[in-house]
Amino acid sequence: MGSRLPLFPEQGSALAGEVDTFYFFMLAVSAFFSVLIAGLVIYFAVRYRRRSENQRGEAIHGGMTLEIAWMVIPFFLTMIMFFWSAKLFVRISRPPDDAMEIYAVGKQWMWKLQHKEGQREINELHIPLGQAVRLKMTSEDVIHSFYVPVFRTKMDVLPGRYTTTWFKPTKTGKFHLFCAEYCGTKHSGMIGWVHVMEPNEYQAWLAGGAEEGTLATRGSKLFQDLACINCHRPDGKGRGPSLEGLFGDRIDLEDGEKAVVDEGYLRESILSPQARLAKGYPPIMPTFQGLVTEDQLLQLIEYIKNTEKKTKPGAAPAAKR
Amino acid sequence: MITAREEKLNYLTADYGVKSWLLTVDHKRIALLYLATITLFFFLGGAFAVLIRLELLTPAGDLVQSQTYNKLFTMHGVIMVFFFLIPAVPAVLGNFLVPLMIGARDLAFPRLNLASWYIFVIGGTLSILAAILGGVDTGWTFYTPYSSTYSNTYVMITAVGIFITGFASILTGLNFIVTIHRMRAPGLTWFRMPLFIWANYAASLIMVLGTPVVAVTILLVGVERAFGLCIFNPNCGGDPVLFQHLFWFYSHPAVYIMILPTMGVISELVAACTRKQIFGYKLVAMASVAIAVLGFLVWGHHLFVSGQSVYAGLVFSFLSYAVGIPSAVKVFNWTATLYKGANTYQTPMLYAFGFIGLFTIGGLTGLMLAATGLDVHVHDTYFVVAHFHYIMVGGAIMGYLGGMHFWWPKMTGRMYPELPAKLSALVIFVGFNLTFFPQFLLGYLGMPRRYHAYPEEFQVLNVMSTAGASVLAFGYALPMFYFVWSLRYGQRVGNNPWGAKGLEWLTSSPPPTHNFDVTPIVTEPAYAYAAEEGAEIVHT
Repeated sequence: MGSRLPLFPEQGSALAGEVDTFYFFMLAVSAFFSVLIAGLVIYFAVRYRRRSENQRGEAIHGGMTLEIAWMVIPFFLTMIMFFWSAKLFVRISRPPDDAMEIYAVGKQWMWKLQHKEGQREINELHIPLGQAVRLKMTSEDVIHSFYVPVFRTKMDVLPGRYTTTWFKPTKTGKFHLFCAEYCGTKHSGMIGWVHVMEPNEYQAWLAGGAEEGTLATRGSKLFQDLACINCHRPDGKGRGPSLEGLFGDRIDLEDGEKAVVDEGYLRESILSPQARLAKGYPPIMPTFQGLVTEDQLLQLIEYIKNTEKKTKPGAAPAAKR
Repeated sequence: MITAREEKLNYLTADYGVKSWLLTVDHKRIALLYLATITLFFFLGGAFAVLIRLELLTPAGDLVQSQTYNKLFTMHGVIMVFFFLIPAVPAVLGNFLVPLMIGARDLAFPRLNLASWYIFVIGGTLSILAAILGGVDTGWTFYTPYSSTYSNTYVMITAVGIFITGFASILTGLNFIVTIHRMRAPGLTWFRMPLFIWANYAASLIMVLGTPVVAVTILLVGVERAFGLCIFNPNCGGDPVLFQHLFWFYSHPAVYIMILPTMGVISELVAACTRKQIFGYKLVAMASVAIAVLGFLVWGHHLFVSGQSVYAGLVFSFLSYAVGIPSAVKVFNWTATLYKGANTYQTPMLYAFGFIGLFTIGGLTGLMLAATGLDVHVHDTYFVVAHFHYIMVGGAIMGYLGGMHFWWPKMTGRMYPELPAKLSALVIFVGFNLTFFPQFLLGYLGMPRRYHAYPEEFQVLNVMSTAGASVLAFGYALPMFYFVWSLRYGQRVGNNPWGAKGLEWLTSSPPPTHNFDVTPIVTEPAYAYAAEEGAEIVHT
């Protein structure tokens, strides 16, 4: 087994091919300049070798044209590199709208993944072929980094906030998942597998293990158990605002600023409720720091995301983002 | 003929005894103190590297435990970066040569210079103490919150060691800046200065302006560890990524502290070995300053996948390409200098060739890492490890050794043996490529860095790398032997064994304590090899 010598990684996503194309362009430019420099150095060294002890080099001080040329030409080449890679980077950073969402939590030293349908896995991620997948990720402790070489994507997983990565697999099979950011003793053990399955197999797999209910159902239960419901009443008459259909809204804050209700805002409002307080509500909510796990936070957020806005007579609908 | 008894005293024979060394304020002796110290650190850091490469021979983590492995690469990085690479060229060659090259009797603040060395030794001792007590496992980058909250190894002692050593760097930079401004020989205008001086001047700016930032950053980690203040800990409102910004604000320019003075060395070697003025002298001089300035604006390219905004990533990518241009200019200008030169293949030139080759590959792969869309894939993989070793080991150490060979006769009055020296240059070049080229392939395949154990498909390339490392280790050991040998048996040399230009070659080898019997007056540009280019340097 150890005698295999792979020289190039498989391409498991559409982006992988594009990144590789750019890489080959970079390799070609690099090869050209390496050979050029090495060739010239060797040629000059031999052609103009010192033939007598007292020989001196010719009085050449420089040449404006040449010097400008080798500033301008590399500049334009690097600008090609800059714009080409920037275009790739923007695509890598922006998940498509139709992406399905899966939550990932990194902790020393494992990956926990939660599907909305309820499936939970550790160090394994099952996804369907041809479907864009968006991962919403956070860490329970130190910084990790979610890296799947065949997709050519990587994103750091940070404690205290959510980061996103996405990929659209184009090949079924079992591919390495690595933690790429050094995270302590068993860093190199924080690896797993991404299983890309035919969509029908994926559906069968999903159906196999959701006995605890969907993520949103579990979130709904937590919402009751933690007594969130007592203040955040659906009818809006509680001491806190109703959270029904709030996700994605732009709301006014007590300090006059505005905030978009996204995963990060919800997370912050659960853990430090007074940090960005919604306008018109008293600062009475206690912190849930230490009372809810990262997994539970995601369930709560998923629940809030899935609530529908009730049409309330008299209540002005907040402006959508 | 000068008989032995009448022989002029030089800086080595002016005084004897341990005290005369430990209390010396002679920049040349201090340079040798640094040389001895950093050589020690180099072989210590090298020993850690040997263990790392041995562990990686097999996919399983079987030679040492995970925790031990993590400590090994951390100590390797800490020692090589802070206690070898950063001081190597400035504190050894710079200390020795800056006053000599500008016709001064010493640095502006000789006592401060000695104090720098003591500060350096204290910092280094603390770091070694940390290693002896049990080591530190955060990686040389000390990323939070791992370093500030989670690691239970000797983070504080190591951090304090680095903090203290930073002051040695700041004081050396300060000393160089003042010396270069105030103590140049009559007639040595800015644009007559050797490019080595320009390069050290630029690096000194970084040392003075950048080092305090890393000192403050380390202090913040210390405060958080000791008093539980929330600076980087997200559980109480801190920002772990803030550390990365602060750390790289210094540590990226720090790479230029390593490479700029080395580029200065290469300019000197190329000029002397071609007996020709450096092609486009002014452009090369200005490129050093440009690199120093732009180098402060590129730190965010270490954070493309850290959650930094996409737009910030793009700006840092653009600026990183901008800093690549002056580096490319230097390579082109050195190459052009060879055209119609009187080129030799003496050892310093072989090292310079090696530098140009390895630095070119390191620089070009740097362009790949500056490419946002590609960096996402290779970030934190062996591709990065290979890239920075090409710059910091292939480039900086190749240039440092080239410089050591070139100025060895000036430092000691004796020539090293040419044949083994040529062999060392060749062995290091070959061994280096065997060690680190496979790591580019490993990185693109997706092997993350800092992995104690790894999947089987990466093994063959890792074995190749380890095999190469044994060649490289042999190459690095060689100079140790023949340099020491030459102290006793090397051929004695006159003032200027290379027939080189530059004020350091006017005085005797080794130079007297105060460098010049009479202050030289400079009447011509640097590297005025062609006879018609100006009057000879005259003594008054």
